[in-house]
Amino acid sequence: MKKVRCALIGSGNIGTDLLYKLKRSPVLEPVWMVGIDPESEGLARARDMGLKTTSEGVDGLLPYAREDNVQIAFDATSAYVHADNSRKLNALGVMMIDLTPAAIGPYCVPPVNLRQHVGSRRMNVNMVTCGGQATIPMVYAVSRVQPVRYAEIVATVASRSAGPGTRKNIDEFTRTTAGAVAKVGGAREGKAIIILNPADPPLIMRDTVHCLTETPPKAAEIEASVHAMIKEVQKYVPGYNLVNGPVIEGDRVSIFLEVGGLGDYLPKYAGNLDVMTAAAARTAEMFAEEILSGAMTLEPVPDQVAA
Amino acid sequence: MNLKGRKIRVHDMTLRDGMHPKRHQMTLEQMKAVASGLDQAGVPLIEVTHGDGLGGSSVNYGFPAHTDQEYLSAVIPLMKQAKVSALLLPGIGTVDHLKMALELGVHTIRVATHCTEADVSEQHIKCARELEMDTVGFLMMAHMNSPEGLASQAKLMESYGANCVYITDSAGYMLPEHVESRITAVRDALKPETEVGFHGHHNLAMGVANSIAAVACGATRIDAAAAGLGAGAGNTPMEVFVAVCSRMGIETGVDVFKIQDVAEDLVVPMMDHIIRIDRDSLTLGYAGVYSSFLLFAKRAEKKYGIPARELLLELGRRKMIGGQEDMIEDTAITLARARQAHAAKAA
Repeated sequence: MKKVRCALIGSGNIGTDLLYKLKRSPVLEPVWMVGIDPESEGLARARDMGLKTTSEGVDGLLPYAREDNVQIAFDATSAYVHADNSRKLNALGVMMIDLTPAAIGPYCVPPVNLRQHVGSRRMNVNMVTCGGQATIPMVYAVSRVQPVRYAEIVATVASRSAGPGTRKNIDEFTRTTAGAVAKVGGAREGKAIIILNPADPPLIMRDTVHCLTETPPKAAEIEASVHAMIKEVQKYVPGYNLVNGPVIEGDRVSIFLEVGGLGDYLPKYAGNLDVMTAAAARTAEMFAEEILSGAMTLEPVPDQVAA
Repeated sequence: MNLKGRKIRVHDMTLRDGMHPKRHQMTLEQMKAVASGLDQAGVPLIEVTHGDGLGGSSVNYGFPAHTDQEYLSAVIPLMKQAKVSALLLPGIGTVDHLKMALELGVHTIRVATHCTEADVSEQHIKCARELEMDTVGFLMMAHMNSPEGLASQAKLMESYGANCVYITDSAGYMLPEHVESRITAVRDALKPETEVGFHGHHNLAMGVANSIAAVACGATRIDAAAAGLGAGAGNTPMEVFVAVCSRMGIETGVDVFKIQDVAEDLVVPMMDHIIRIDRDSLTLGYAGVYSSFLLFAKRAEKKYGIPARELLLELGRRKMIGGQEDMIEDTAITLARARQAHAAKAA
């Protein structure tokens, strides 16, 4: 079967984990990996897996993007460089899936709003953050039952799974996650907290979602909605589990989650990588199916900041 | 130990760490009265923020009676000599909060990370340095890292622009020998012009002894709170520390009797419970658990029937760190379920 060819920008934790997932995709074929360090382990691994690589950043890929028919690129670098990367690749007609917290395109959380984006002809969609992917489906599971006036998420990840990009970008993480918790999750106000825990052996990713509802929580409906949404997320992140809750106390609804990964690149504790890369891969697959069926044609975007 | 003539700066925690035992419900009047008392007693630096720092207002840590802006705006204009500081935990607060604090007249920003995660403070320390604030790095739960490990984390903070780095005994776990080795390692690693500080909790009644040990090893900033108002069994009690310094000839610039009066007349009467080493706060110090977990564990005990002490020990075993207050209710539910299953099996 014909596949849509992809490039991975960024050879760190996220880029490498994503590479494993794309290798298994029936509709996506990773052909390029872009890094900035010639000694990078990620680039060496990509070469071993048959990809072309460059250590000259996105500029090293541009001359080859057309001839290698790259149609989708994943950006797993940092919020600081994403806008530039996106502009350059969009100009060549390459669609961008943004795994940084830059969020210049609309937020995409697959079980909540992926279908709205497919067919929108967006050339840049943003995957929010790992904390956002892990928690927004739960905020939505509550807000689709009744109005949520405030939603707060606490994401705890193992220190070893948080690379230098995340660490330098921690404010972008909290801002982007909070924004998407409100906008995509459907809460009037959003707040996000992230904790890096250095325990050894590393702790599995934990996420807590607190929603404050406008009217007294409808316990049975929320419970059913939460369980249904857990199953939706498990379709692409099998290690996504409800540990406790929903706990209801006054107008507070609290949901305690654990996110185990598939162990593709980092071990299973690093569910934060999986929830992000699996969501990105699922998003790209939906677009790829549209491209392959002819329902969607990618057009170059004149050289300006894509929206 | 001859420390005669050493000059140090005490940094008051009553209105920040003291927010924990007040469940962040201090009134503006209480803040103003205590801050003015501290100012008049000669305390040079006073921290005013939500207990979990700027932006700490949340379900997870507690919604405060007033915003950080309201507290800071109420206190800062009243200060005659004291400067005001604010705490910021990356992952909770952002540089937006930092800039807000500066605009309100905050002099010192303290950027706090877990003791192995200093590199998440780069954005905030750099920003504070560029804005020419007194910029402090704050390495929390410092008992969980070795002296050498702390030295390299402190150097990172210094490289971003911190002019002072703290060793923070958030669990009140350290004994004087732990403080000595850690302060010495950090003091030796940093440039001579970079200050070193110590923040203690009194869970093992070591607040004063540990702070003196820190001064002996070169620390020049010491955190303390009037009447010890702080998380767990409280912080190093300021009035006691100042009195001990006075006896030893360590110069703090704080009036021994005036600070006693602040503690006795203003702070003790506003306590919701007496800050003392009960079995639960003792357990924090004994097992090395984050002091702010105390009241959450007591509340979970009431709701789920798992003794707070057992819960705190389990959180310690699970290696929970500062900020993971969400895991207290989660762990209580899990333990209660296991207990029920066990009882059902037995029956």
